[in-house]
Order: sequence, then structure tokens, then C-alpha cells
Amino acid sequence: MSEDIAYEVMMDHYRNPHNYGTIENATNRITEYNPICGDTVHLEMIINEGRIEDIKFVGRGCSISQASASILTETVKGKSISSLNDLTDQKYLMDLGVSLGPARERCALLSLNALRKAIAGDGTAP
Amino acid sequence: MLNPTKVKNDFPIFRRKIDGKEIIYLDNAATTQKPKSVIDAIKDYYENFNSNVHRGIYKLSEEATDMYEKARKNVSDFIGGNDQNGLVFVRNATEALNLLASSIGQSLKRDDEVLLTLMEHHSNIVPWQFLMGKGVKIKYADLKEDGTLNMEDFTSKITQHTKVVSVTHVSNVLGTINDAKELARISHEKEATFILDGAQSVPHMPVDVKDIDCDYVAFSGHKMLGPMGIGGLYGKPDLLSKLPPYMGGGEMINTVTTEGSTWADIPLKFEAGTPNVADAIGLSAAVDYLKNIGMKEVRKHESEMILYAFQEEKYMENLKSFGPRSLHLRGGVYSFNIGDIPSFNIQRELEANSIRISRASMHPHDVASEIDKEGIAIRSGHHCAMPLMARLDVQATARASFYIYNSKEEIDKLFIGLQNATARFGH
Ligand SMILES: Cc1ncc(COP(=O)(O)O)c(C=O)c1O
Repeated sequence: MSEDIAYEVMMDHYRNPHNYGTIENATNRITEYNPICGDTVHLEMIINEGRIEDIKFVGRGCSISQASASILTETVKGKSISSLNDLTDQKYLMDLGVSLGPARERCALLSLNALRKAIAGDGTAP
Repeated sequence: MLNPTKVKNDFPIFRRKIDGKEIIYLDNAATTQKPKSVIDAIKDYYENFNSNVHRGIYKLSEEATDMYEKARKNVSDFIGGNDQNGLVFVRNATEALNLLASSIGQSLKRDDEVLLTLMEHHSNIVPWQFLMGKGVKIKYADLKEDGTLNMEDFTSKITQHTKVVSVTHVSNVLGTINDAKELARISHEKEATFILDGAQSVPHMPVDVKDIDCDYVAFSGHKMLGPMGIGGLYGKPDLLSKLPPYMGGGEMINTVTTEGSTWADIPLKFEAGTPNVADAIGLSAAVDYLKNIGMKEVRKHESEMILYAFQEEKYMENLKSFGPRSLHLRGGVYSFNIGDIPSFNIQRELEANSIRISRASMHPHDVASEIDKEGIAIRSGHHCAMPLMARLDVQATARASFYIYNSKEEIDKLFIGLQNATARFGH
């Protein structure tokens, strides 16, 4: 996938986010801020028997942070939690296929970090 | 008259091109570029005078001490201080404010109050919040819709419990110029100590601590053409003398015995350890550079820049800018957004037209990122003023901030860049 197309894919996720919303019977919830800029991603998910059965997000922030959240939900939905161990920052950024530069990589990683924290936190968050 | 294009020639960094484009630097509220004279002064110190100050009795040390103390006098004079001993060299405004909160804080008790405003930088909030643990109350004076300080609210929040009032002279987000003299007068009427955060005023306009009658003022050298790592805390000498020290160590003592220590006189009482001599000399060179232009000229130039931005912004559909519109209440800081960027709230996010769907909005990071492609450096984010962002109900803003090397042509390029950016983004 060329970088231009990858960028267009991101922009499309930004304008038409997938899995946008909340989940009433979510088992894990988290709101994560980027302290540098205030970008926000809120994740809600149902984790059942070590698997992410469903995941949705609500957020506000730049196109990269929000597109990435949308892409992340697509990526991890239905996956086992143990499989996330292989999803390193580096791999995730590479899969996005867009070279972002250090400042905006933080935007892209906001939702992945949120997901890790939500899973590490046991059970139902507020 | 100040000629920004000529001024620009004095700054070596502007010879650099990034991806073949000239640098248009509009993030001066964060830090400013350095003229050659400042860089040379630092180099000269290290090449010809480097030694520790106040300690050696050999020639090099005497010369270095002399240069350091002359720098102190020059910087002190620059802000109208009538006694150079009132000028303490610190790392930056943040350190000055921490010093004050810590040292003044020692004598504050439960239910004493500190009055701030909602337009403060985090560096004039967090150090005071450290005192909340011992029961000190922090109050915040509100703003009016036009981005100026609400003086009625300010006055109503000063009580007999108010021991400290600490206010920014110029907002680093709204550009609001606060009436420091009046705030000092009201504070003193209530016998409160009045602290001025001069980080955004000392570099940009004539500031006279005597005329304002502030008790303390904090500022950063790097925001006024000087090097990073040096700044000033000016205090009325009688107050500084009574204030307990902040850090302990060499230089700040008179005598040390195993039983205890006595303090050196000001300003050394507040300068524990080997000071940043080279950068103090660099800051002094920056002061010379600014004096040569004249602070009234600097102020006038920035007023013209803001006025020009006000004129040009009209052609940008959807652009909302923040801060007072009267030029006499406004410094050279220009915060704006393309469309609405409200603060995050899940419910509102689900109900309202999301920013992604609304074609009218473009997040400030995207704005900054897009115009960076044209070589224009602006800031986006909360600008270390999260309580202000909350008050304005915005998540973040884009911000252009002007200085002496910025020209109207650069503002043209900013707005052309914004037009292109929004077009590319599909508005
Ligand atoms: C109003 C204001 N106060 C304080 C500071 C802190 O300055 P420094 O980071 O140099 O300590 C800033 C810097 O952005 C500022 O704008």
C-alpha cells in the first residue's frame, strides 16, 4: 500500500469513523488524554473469556488520533487479549503505513495505550 | 521604524531552509530565536572568560564575576529595577514562580488564600496548588466574554484572607494585557503580596516594576531573544531579604557550622550553586539588542501585526479567533480555531455533530501540521493553560505569536497556508 493511499485510508476513518459510540454493558472503559495536547479517546469494550468481543470509541482530537482509534477498534475486535502482546507500538505504526514523525506518532498511539491500560485495569471501569 | 526583514538578518537560524522553504517562525510565545550578538556573547564568555564566579581571587574569576554582575545590573535596569540586588537569576519564569510559591508558602497557613486568574499558565498555578495540602485555598478570578479579566470578580475574590495575588501580565493564549498597576494597587490595599508573571510582557513591551509597584516579577530569558536556561526573578529588595531561601548549597550561605547556617545577602541567598554565568551574559546581550530597537517600537510592531491579522482573518471562512479586540489591551498573541473545537464530553460527542462529520471544523493539530508543510511554525494544543481552555470550552487552539522579525508578508503567508490547508482537508 503506498503511503498516499494509507493516508487516504486514515482520512476516511477520520471522516467516517468505525465503531463510534458506547456499549451499554461494557466490561472495561477508559478515557485517555494526551497530556501534551489534550487529544482524547474514550474506549468501551466487552471482554469475555480473554477475547475482545466488542469495542467502540468516542473521542475528540486531531485526525491522526481519531483515525487511529477507529482503525484500532477494527484491528482488535474479536481478537484474544494475548494476541495483543504482539501488537507493539512499532508494529502498529508500521501497519498504519503513514510516516508521521515523533510528535504525531504520539497521537496515533493514544488509543493503543488506552486499550492496554483498559485491559490491565481489572474488570469494570467507571 | 522597525524593519522586520532587516531584523531577520541578525538571526542566523533564518538562513536555514527546511525542505527548500524559508522558516516562518510564529511560535514566539513558546520561545524566540537568538540574534548573532547573543550567540557571540555566550561563545566569547566560554572562549575567553570561563571560570567560576564569586570564588576565585585570580584574574579570570574576577572578570567572570564582573561580567555576571554587570549582566545582573543590565537586566535589572531593563525592567526598571532600582536596585540590582533585587534581581535573582533563575532558570526561567517557572523556577521563579516555584521559588516564590515555596518560600512565601512557608509562612502561609490553613485558610490563607492565593488569588490567581483563569488565564494563568500552568507554571503560575501548579506551584501554588502544592500549598493546598496544608490547607491554603486557591481562588481564580474569572474572565469576561471579550477575554479580559473580570475586574468585579477579581475584586470580589480578594478577601482579608488573601495573602498572595499572582497574575500574568499578558496571557500566552488570549494576548490579553492585564492592568498590572491597578491589580497591584487593589492587592496592596488588601495587604496581599502582588506577583506578576512577566513571561509574556517583559519580552514584548516596556515593563517598569517601579511604576507597576509589583512586589515580584518572573520572566524567562529564552522568550526575549536570550538563551534557554536563564531567567529572572525581580523582587523588592526589602521583601526578598525577608523571604526564606529556596535551595540550599554553596554561594547562598554566609556561614555554615554543624549547628546550622546563616544566609548570604540577596541576591545570592537565592542563587545556590554555580550559576549559569554564560547565559546570564547572553541574556544581557539580548537586553542590549532589545534596548537598541526600543521596547516601545517592539510593542508598536506587534500591535501592527495583530491589527493586520484582524484585517486578514475576515477572509477565512469559519475562523474564530480569541482574545480582546482593542489593540491597547492586546499583545502579539493570536489564538484561533477553524470551526468549533469544544472540550471533550462523551454525551455531547454522541449527540452533537462530531468534528469528524462536521466539515466546518479542523482540529488545531491538523491545522499546525498542514501549514508546517509550507514552512510555517505555529503552535497547537492547550498552551499549558488547561483551566483557560476549560473556561473557553475549547479542547485546544492553534496559536500564532509574533515578534520583531515577523512581517505582514508572513501573516499573508499564514492565511494563504490556512486557506490551502482547509482546502486540502476537504472543507
Ligand atoms: C504566561 C507564561 N508564564 C510562564 C511561562 C513559563 O515559562 P518557562 O517555560 O520559560 O518557565 C510561560 C511560557 O510559556 C508563559 O507563557
